[in-house]
Amino acid sequence: MIKRFFIALSLIILAGTFAKVVYNFVPNTELTNVAKHYVQHGTQELGATNLVTAVVVTYRGLDTLGEVVVLFISAAGVGLLLRRRKNDLVTKEEKRTEPSFLVQSVAEILVPLIFMLGAYIFLNGHLTPGGGFQGGAVIASGTMLLFLAAPYKHLNHGVLTALESISGFAYVLIGILGVTLLGAGHFIDNRFLPLGELGTLLSAGAIPIIYIIIGLKVGTELSVVLEDMREE
Amino acid sequence: MLTVLTITICVGVLVGSLLAIVLDSLTSAVVSAGLASLFASVLYVLLSAPDVAMTEAAIGSGLTTMIFLYTIKKTQGVKKEVLK
Repeated sequence: MIKRFFIALSLIILAGTFAKVVYNFVPNTELTNVAKHYVQHGTQELGATNLVTAVVVTYRGLDTLGEVVVLFISAAGVGLLLRRRKNDLVTKEEKRTEPSFLVQSVAEILVPLIFMLGAYIFLNGHLTPGGGFQGGAVIASGTMLLFLAAPYKHLNHGVLTALESISGFAYVLIGILGVTLLGAGHFIDNRFLPLGELGTLLSAGAIPIIYIIIGLKVGTELSVVLEDMREE
Repeated sequence: MLTVLTITICVGVLVGSLLAIVLDSLTSAVVSAGLASLFASVLYVLLSAPDVAMTEAAIGSGLTTMIFLYTIKKTQGVKKEVLK
């Protein structure tokens, strides 16, 4: 009874707080100072038509590096806790149920297309919506479909781990390259490569390279997490 | 017209989330949570945030649902063995 009373009380307090926030809410009619700078000068300064990418990769590049690190740590944690034990594999070989013909044949057609879409999303990150994270997630969902179609096949962890480590290393390396070529305060700056013509595939300096790296890293990381969860 | 669509999708998000809490079967709850995510990603498109919508659709309704389903499958197996 007392428990219920306290639950109700805390809900009322929560509702009261939010009611005040909603009641006093006035939508911004103007952009704030930093946002104004991004909108007015972002395209010229960085040469990316997708402003979100310009902000995520360059202006807020350090935050993106942090996100990549967070994802890396969670993938490493899953890998550490759910490490495959070798004697488990032997017992699981007994009862095998193959997925239906429909799933197998659809996966054969769709998986390459999904991988291609993922690659398209991160290659065009500086031109159209999307980028490394989105492309990587799409690639991981392709891997998911692959798992559904072939439940007893395993990914080659060596290749994936190597790809992931190399791309993580290359990301930091590109960040440092900005500092060495452009001077202090330019960590993860895309402008050490020529900006090129606005709106073409090879433009916006190093943004396409950074997004290819992030896309590969996120795609492999999420695939390995899925694989770990599946096999446990 | 757009307002009606937005409200319909918001109701969809709410219904999906409520079902995820109320339903007894874990599998159904996970699927309804994925449904809520899917509605939310459509909502992001309507609010002109396609970048977020892509992430939500791929991670929120795809990968998370799948990881939950794998986990449920594994943990239920363990439970039955322990009970025996």
